[in-house]
Amino acid sequence: MLKDITLGQYFPGDTLAHKLDPRTKILLVVFYIVALFCAKSLLAYGILALVLAVCVRISKVGLKSLVRGLKPVVFILIFTGVLNLFFTPGGHTLVQWGVVRISAEGLRNAVFMVLRIMLLIMGTFLMTYTTSPISLTDGLERLLNGLKKLHVPVHELAMIMSIALRFIPTLIEETDKIMSAQKARGADFESGNVIQKARALIPILVPLFVSAIRRAEELAVAMECRCYHGGEGRTKLHVLKYEGRDLIALTLGVLITAGIIALRQFTV
Amino acid sequence: MEDAIIETKDLTFSYPADEGEEPVPALRGVDLAIERGSFVVVLGHNGSGKSTLAKTFNGVLLPTGGHVYVDGMDTADEDKLLAIRRTVGMVFQNPDNQIVANVVEEDVAFAPENLGVPTEEIRRRVDEALRLVDMSAFVRHAPHLLSGGQKQRIAIAGVIAMEPACIVLDEATAMLDPVGRREVLTAVHRLNRERGTTVVLITHHMNEAEDADRVIVMDDGRVAMDGTPREIFTRVEELRAMGLTVPDTVDLLDRLRRDGWDVPLDALTAEACADAVFAAANK
Repeated sequence: MLKDITLGQYFPGDTLAHKLDPRTKILLVVFYIVALFCAKSLLAYGILALVLAVCVRISKVGLKSLVRGLKPVVFILIFTGVLNLFFTPGGHTLVQWGVVRISAEGLRNAVFMVLRIMLLIMGTFLMTYTTSPISLTDGLERLLNGLKKLHVPVHELAMIMSIALRFIPTLIEETDKIMSAQKARGADFESGNVIQKARALIPILVPLFVSAIRRAEELAVAMECRCYHGGEGRTKLHVLKYEGRDLIALTLGVLITAGIIALRQFTV
Repeated sequence: MEDAIIETKDLTFSYPADEGEEPVPALRGVDLAIERGSFVVVLGHNGSGKSTLAKTFNGVLLPTGGHVYVDGMDTADEDKLLAIRRTVGMVFQNPDNQIVANVVEEDVAFAPENLGVPTEEIRRRVDEALRLVDMSAFVRHAPHLLSGGQKQRIAIAGVIAMEPACIVLDEATAMLDPVGRREVLTAVHRLNRERGTTVVLITHHMNEAEDADRVIVMDDGRVAMDGTPREIFTRVEELRAMGLTVPDTVDLLDRLRRDGWDVPLDALTAEACADAVFAAANK
């Protein structure tokens, strides 16, 4: 059952959205987020939703899986919506029942806020759906390369991230094994209240931690034996290269973001 | 020895002990020379010091007494550590804890990337290393979906890609099933033959020593026996006394001899053994 968990949920494919340089995609998502926070009118949100729809179409990622990504945040969406709807001060009153009051301003805020969060999450998911975790960390490392001058350990962070990703399936497999072993000795993970259930996890977590630390030690020795000595002087099997399509995508991204910001001038 | 890739001089090693306890020496004076291009198997039961010995060969463990020289370089010399590690590659027991990346080719490329090898050369080395271990079909696969033997062959490819003069396998077959074990052995024998890479195989499976050039038996931190497989395996009583099981063929011939049959003890392969028994039965 634990085997179904995949982090980052990458859907392999061969579309334009998959082929773009990971750095381009990260930058585009940043532009998109900036544009979302600058959007003030229904028109601006309409444009941004359309942009996302086009990208989804290009990537051939099913809309269903994107919407599924929204599931964990449904609560936050409702909460934000309700809060904005009822508690926006001022503006033209639409409905009033006693203390409960809905203003035109509140309705507007609620709709925009919910739209903003939805588009933001779907946009980011689209990136992780079309980019393998390895190229994502690679892209991040290259993008943040400049920070090395400020002594930010960019290479080390990227290395930590990619090793963490590499060990997720291994540790999940191990958790499965430990759970079976404890069940075979009569451990009960299903019944009882929350506290009892949390307690039942201790005999899983302790051996898992012990083994993870042992693995880390062995991995460190193995890496040293393969001449790992930090990021200095390292070369790469796959070198990231900006292509024509990256340039076009980035130009489009900049133009749309600039357009959204410009739209602010024309609406109240 | 004139052309030794690894040489140990009166090598001793003790693991650090808890306070108030005497450190127990794991190696008590080992003098060895591993000849360049040879295939050497180091045998020994658990706690004989064979794994400790292997770990001193590329500076994972530094001797507490004596010296280890790799291609003339002292492993205690910190400035030479990188040069030593690229000369003697090491493969460990658990393949899961050696694989760094989540794509096969990325993992094999890890060592040359660390060494700053140019991109086109990395590509060539990765393809060549995967060919040598017969895993070329799995270039883009995820390592965690492979079998144990396949994973261990990826780990070996990852070491080969450094182009080391010597490769040490520290009980690299211990966790594998018989099929995986055979796959790994085929790969290292091929490496030894085609590339002339020196192979040091640490194991407690006697059968893996059959095709070696030289067998070293460790016992209680010392070299107990040293010779060709033929010489070693015929010393059945001594091997048993050290807690080692002799190969099935030798065991059979030994029992037959004790029953008064006139068979040689040094038929190591199943075929040679069958021939010997057949010849004796026809007499």
